[in-house]
Amino acid sequence: MSQSQPIIRLEKIEKHYALGSEIVVRALCGVDLEIGHGDYVAIMGPSGSGKSTMLNLLGCLDRPTSGRYFLGGTDVSKMPDDELSEARGKRIGFIFQSYNLIAQLTVIENIQVPLMYQGADLVAHHDRCVQLAKLVGLGDRLDHRPFQLSGGQQQRVAVARSLVNDPLMILADEPTGNLDSKTGTEVLELIGDLNRQGKTIVLVTHDDKVAARAHRVIHMRDGLIDREVRNAPRTLAAVA
Amino acid sequence: MKIFTSSLTTTMRLGLKSLMLHKLRSALTMLGIIFGVCSVIAMLAIGEGASYEAQQAIQKLGRDNIILRSVKPPDEAKQAGSGRSSSVEYGLTYNDGARIQSTIPGVERVLPVRIIRETVRFSDRAASCQVIGTLPFYTEIVNLDLVRGRFLSETDEMNQNNVCVISASLASKLFPYQDPLEQSVKIDAFYYRVIGLAREKDTAEQRPQSGQMEGEPLDNNIYICLSTVRSRFGETIIRRSAGGFEVERVQLHQITVKMKGLEAVESGDNEIKALLARFHKQNDYEAIVPLQLLRQAEQTKYIFNIVLGSIAAISLIVGGIGIMNIMLATVTERTREIGVRRALGAKRRDITLQFLVETVILSVGGGLIGVMLGVVAPMMVSQLTTMKTIVTPLSVLLAFGISGLVGIIFGLYPAKAAARLDPIEALRHE
Repeated sequence: MSQSQPIIRLEKIEKHYALGSEIVVRALCGVDLEIGHGDYVAIMGPSGSGKSTMLNLLGCLDRPTSGRYFLGGTDVSKMPDDELSEARGKRIGFIFQSYNLIAQLTVIENIQVPLMYQGADLVAHHDRCVQLAKLVGLGDRLDHRPFQLSGGQQQRVAVARSLVNDPLMILADEPTGNLDSKTGTEVLELIGDLNRQGKTIVLVTHDDKVAARAHRVIHMRDGLIDREVRNAPRTLAAVA
Repeated sequence: MKIFTSSLTTTMRLGLKSLMLHKLRSALTMLGIIFGVCSVIAMLAIGEGASYEAQQAIQKLGRDNIILRSVKPPDEAKQAGSGRSSSVEYGLTYNDGARIQSTIPGVERVLPVRIIRETVRFSDRAASCQVIGTLPFYTEIVNLDLVRGRFLSETDEMNQNNVCVISASLASKLFPYQDPLEQSVKIDAFYYRVIGLAREKDTAEQRPQSGQMEGEPLDNNIYICLSTVRSRFGETIIRRSAGGFEVERVQLHQITVKMKGLEAVESGDNEIKALLARFHKQNDYEAIVPLQLLRQAEQTKYIFNIVLGSIAAISLIVGGIGIMNIMLATVTERTREIGVRRALGAKRRDITLQFLVETVILSVGGGLIGVMLGVVAPMMVSQLTTMKTIVTPLSVLLAFGISGLVGIIFGLYPAKAAARLDPIEALRHE
């Protein structure tokens, strides 16, 4: 909590897409944003507001056209492809709307995937992966394949996977979009627990109920941050 | 390095897993490589076996030898066939042998041979045989094992002794119960004392008789001194057939010229032919040079191998294209998985490696099965036919190596295509 340096700092981020040879779409037009350690941020906005572009940039899946993006103190806005891959692997945990587990792998292997691409010793990390599976309540399904799990269970595997590399932040893209309200709530509570344990969460959603759980709700419009709402201190008090 | 190898084994394990997800598809994809590798090994084995047999046969004739054989001239043969009776004189002469010995450089020995078909008798038993009139050094030039007794000697030759050496198989026909040595057998009107038993090493070699291209197999021979044959049988052979008879005058049926080394064979070959051409008006002899036959056999094998190699290359390329096709489809099908892996930290080269490993597993797996089938198939061919087959380790290694190479070459493009995908686009892919 006491860390002064923010985990994420965006400085005048612009992102332009060329449609054809002449039309240029300005998806982001100079966004400034800071997200601190242990923050829980929800990004909302109608389609076309630059929400997805923002997500891709925050996830290091894309580079801004101009501006600077500091992730954990390092500038990732001009990084070459391989370094960007490494940044994703080490600093960001992804949770997707459609779970995106790898079909041919078991639960435990899916959790191990980010470790694999860092050249980590899978045997040495095995116990920790089992711990994570237990944390999300799937300790008894380590050898199940994704098609043998329900949607909620799959998303919980994805949560465990996002934690395995001990990332700076967890980036969740509509994590409850494919779930019914009950399992959606379960997953959101899991994410809330992680935040209370100190994890930084950035969540993209268009569901007000989902956004209500975050400390900060950032509304985007036309490629800019329209307004920011700080939520009731109920959760903040819990953290404090 | 350790981390690298461990991650490679992990990649291979996971690759295998992905392939097992579509067992039928993977198996069908491998078929092309399986058949390619199998056919390469099997065909090479059959070719190798055939050329080995040919070379063995040629080597038995002796690489240092030039073999001259009397051949009945074809136009004379026609006359003989049409007339009721005829008389023909043809073939190699004693003079030919003497001329070759004295004028051609590099000649070590000249072995004259007369061959006469006769019937040999002992008490009430009879067997058809070939009387081979030759000189005592016959054994030095032709592969012949003396099982018992001795071969013809200089003294026998000088004195025109009525002694003979007979083939072991012929002896067992004539003397089922007695010891053949020191017995006397009757050929035509004369008796010959058996002084030795011989076993021919190469029954495949056949001798011409009266211009025939194919003669009797070599294992019913009776060897008698040349001088003895000359005095007992003469040079005229009369054959009676229905309603007529045929008279042939042939001095020598075969002259085997043993040269001093392979170079002498090369130069002596043409010189001997030129020499004979001057003294023979008609083409009543043939020259067989085993060394040349050997070279021809090697040349044939070389061409055969090139043809096989091309067929193999085409079939393996076809197999490789099959693999590439499937892998491209797989990449499209798994676009989303590629996006997820990229998001979770996979670099481009990780993706390349993943798909390359899958392709190589397919092709090398196909190669392994192909090698197994390729080793078994020639065995079955040998079992079902009389063909000899030899599976050389080199052909196995070659086929296997090429299958691996095909995997890498045809896997590289789909793997690169997978790695080039934009992670954002790939994640959005349905």
